[in-house]
Amino acid sequence: MAVSVQTGDFDIAAEIASLTAGRTDIGAIVTFTGICRGQDDGRDVVALTLETYEEMAVAELSRLEEDARSRWPLQGSTIIHRHGTMQPGDNIVLVICASSHRQAAFEAASFLMDYLKTRAPFWKAEEAAGGEKRWIAAKAEDDEAADRW
Amino acid sequence: MSVTIKYFAWLRERVGKAEEDMILPAGVNTLTELIAHLRRQGEEYDHAFATDGVIRAALDKRHVPLDAAIGGAREIAFFPPMTGG
Repeated sequence: MAVSVQTGDFDIAAEIASLTAGRTDIGAIVTFTGICRGQDDGRDVVALTLETYEEMAVAELSRLEEDARSRWPLQGSTIIHRHGTMQPGDNIVLVICASSHRQAAFEAASFLMDYLKTRAPFWKAEEAAGGEKRWIAAKAEDDEAADRW
Repeated sequence: MSVTIKYFAWLRERVGKAEEDMILPAGVNTLTELIAHLRRQGEEYDHAFATDGVIRAALDKRHVPLDAAIGGAREIAFFPPMTGG
């Protein structure tokens, strides 16, 4: 079980290896990586800045992880969310769920991402090619995705 | 009682500060009452909190509805809907 809110990048293979090291009870690993896009709503994005309420983000992600573990039989999980300024192509978020079987790992990873988007205190501001910066508005479909759990 | 109030994202930009310490005045028991009090402190606060139904809040780093009682919380945070992930 691990939660990290950090400015630096993450290494997906290394994170998986640290979950599985020395274990033979894990039969399924699901990973989700969120990546900074270079286009949004038809605009070219040159940079994305993520603001966070760091102490609450760590607490909230830990609560979400506990919630996932109470719903699915997970052997391990990792949530890493970056903040600061990123360029298109950069990693933003990583969720890894490990379980004996794939169904629990898929569902738990999906649940964590849906909940994270509506409950973890992060806010994205996009910078367009012309230098114009705008805060991204929350999407109703993200609330709907979280509500299905 | 002194509390720390934190603001994030466009709410922080509109208020013009990331956080402040405040002694809660008598009669301010809930977050809704605190917002009403803040809106009387100046145009920047009034503008920041003008978007009804959008502002979210946390007490001591936990999400709460705006009608929540502040109680003994030491840290209050106001922010727009989250857009991480």
